[in-house]
Amino acid sequence: MLEPASTASGPRDMSAVSAWPERLVTTAPSVTKKAGGDGVVLSLAGAWIVGAGKALETGAASLRSEVGDAKSVILDLSAVQRLDTAGAWVIDRARAELAEAGVSAAYRGARPEHALLIKEAGYRPFEAAKDVRPSHGVVLLSAVGETVYESGEDFADIVDYLGEIVTMLGRLALHPLRWRWTSMVYHLERYSLRSMPIILLINFLVGAIVTQQGIFQLTRFGAASYAVNLVGVLGLRELGVLMTSIMIAGRTGSAITAEIGSMNMREEIDALKVMALDPLEVLVIPRLIALVIALPILTFLADLATLSGGIIVSWIYAGMAPAVFIERLQQAIATETFLVGLIKAPFMATVIGLIATTEGMEVRGSAESLGRCVTSSVVKSIFMVIVMDGLFAMFFAAVDY
Amino acid sequence: MSGGAPPSGPFPREAVIRVRGLKVGFGDKLVMDGLDLDLYRGEVLGFVGASGAGKSVLTRTILGLLHKRAGTIEVFGYDVDKLTPQDRLLIGERWGVLFQEGALFSSLTVRQNIQTPMREHLDLSQGMLDGLAAQKLALVGLPQDTCDKLPSELSGGMTKRVSLARALALDPEIVFLDEPTSGLDPISAGDFDDLIGTLQKTLGLTVFMVTHDLDSLFAICDRVAVLGHGKVIAVGPISELLLSDDPWLKSYFHGKRGVIRARAAEGRPAARAGDDRPQNARR
Repeated sequence: MLEPASTASGPRDMSAVSAWPERLVTTAPSVTKKAGGDGVVLSLAGAWIVGAGKALETGAASLRSEVGDAKSVILDLSAVQRLDTAGAWVIDRARAELAEAGVSAAYRGARPEHALLIKEAGYRPFEAAKDVRPSHGVVLLSAVGETVYESGEDFADIVDYLGEIVTMLGRLALHPLRWRWTSMVYHLERYSLRSMPIILLINFLVGAIVTQQGIFQLTRFGAASYAVNLVGVLGLRELGVLMTSIMIAGRTGSAITAEIGSMNMREEIDALKVMALDPLEVLVIPRLIALVIALPILTFLADLATLSGGIIVSWIYAGMAPAVFIERLQQAIATETFLVGLIKAPFMATVIGLIATTEGMEVRGSAESLGRCVTSSVVKSIFMVIVMDGLFAMFFAAVDY
Repeated sequence: MSGGAPPSGPFPREAVIRVRGLKVGFGDKLVMDGLDLDLYRGEVLGFVGASGAGKSVLTRTILGLLHKRAGTIEVFGYDVDKLTPQDRLLIGERWGVLFQEGALFSSLTVRQNIQTPMREHLDLSQGMLDGLAAQKLALVGLPQDTCDKLPSELSGGMTKRVSLARALALDPEIVFLDEPTSGLDPISAGDFDDLIGTLQKTLGLTVFMVTHDLDSLFAICDRVAVLGHGKVIAVGPISELLLSDDPWLKSYFHGKRGVIRARAAEGRPAARAGDDRPQNARR
């Protein structure tokens, strides 16, 4: 007598389910060995269902072990209480494995529906999951190679794409009626108006923090009032545009990638193409133009917010009245200081827009690929924004602006 | 018109799903308005209705994906409003759903998709999981090399079949099929019907099938329920519904597309009128 029913206390103790209908309260699968005149008879009983979990596997394993060195075996299914496709499969697999080992196995006493189930859902040879993984060294090298190659390809793609967009803009310039004004205004509202509160808040805080630290450090030299120069020049030249671009890359760039990406997944972009509409014209250009208009506006507002942060902190920490702050500010900065920041904004917007839309077009079928593309859109945009800012700093230093 | 003849079979007439006075709405629009429905153990219930009548809404409400405004839904005798998380888990093991669009997990392979319910609910070895996934795949008539594909690489029909394989992974007692044969070629659709019929006979599977496929309705449905104006306007074996003089039913079954099947059905009166469980027309 074999009793894999010890697993009845296992993870799937079905009798413990209180409201389970009585018909479904079942016993674990079990195998009993009887030595009959015509060879070994294994009598199967209980519920051979997938819900039995491990007990089903142990039951099937015992089918094989119980046979011993007999040459023929009869599987008596008459006492099987319940059978489902998984149960039929394990029983049939045991039979197939016995047959392979040279033991002739046959079924007996199966109910008609069980016989049909074993026939329909029986064991078929299958290939186990392949898990071929090359060595770590190879994986590392190939990953490095792929990344380098892909970076090069990305760069070529962006240049190619920029070319397409310029061509498209040229074509649209000839046909002003084909500009999608509604779409552009809609996106402009989302990118500028809707992101204003967070941009203002962030830049206000950055201005305040920079001024506070400036006052603390410069007080040692008795030059606390130079904190105004610090926040004025740093805020207008660099921080305003940089913080705004980074926020927009995270907030708007990710949204653009996700929108275009999910449209790509749902074949909406293909639908546009077969209607002879260019996705570039319909989806990309309005977003790009909206972004190029939105970012300078936001940068201007960000500059104001940074300075107000400075005014308030100087008042609190250095006791400098706002009127004094503004007077000092006028001496500290010139129109160029403000323009340097503002000039950079449309370029930042173009970079963010290009990266976000290309990444959106890269999305393939799966949810995972959407996630990957949105992440890489944000990471690449922020990286490029900072690199661009560095390049601009060198450029402005060189031209002495 | 309620009931129709109980399905014959090894099981007594026991309602596994009982819906009473169901009201579901969006905004000020009431999609379900006092709907009553019983799904009996071991039967295949076909569910028809005009497009937009709310068939999917009803399915989703029963599955607990939409909130109802009034009424009760009992699944396996549990009131779905009073489920403990433990009960919820058990019910999740006892039903399987084939969504209209397949709803396969897009970042998992076909094999992993089929194994997901088994892996999450049961304690099985990897070899067993692989074997059962291969078996389910064979059962729905897909070649073994489909195993390592991603859902985005599958055709529409293959997606449906993989989704059915996933719905069957835990050998559930009820399967919900939302337009299972739409988008399948007639041969595959026939195989699909055969498979459902076989599983119903061998496992005592209960099937709730939203479909517009008249072939499926004739071939495997024990009863057909018709949804209209937020209620079940008629329910019964298809032979009864064919005789109904409701104008919508008439145009549905006796319209251009229905008339051929109806004629075919009349050609085999014995199989229709006498037997509540129609023979599978394709066997």
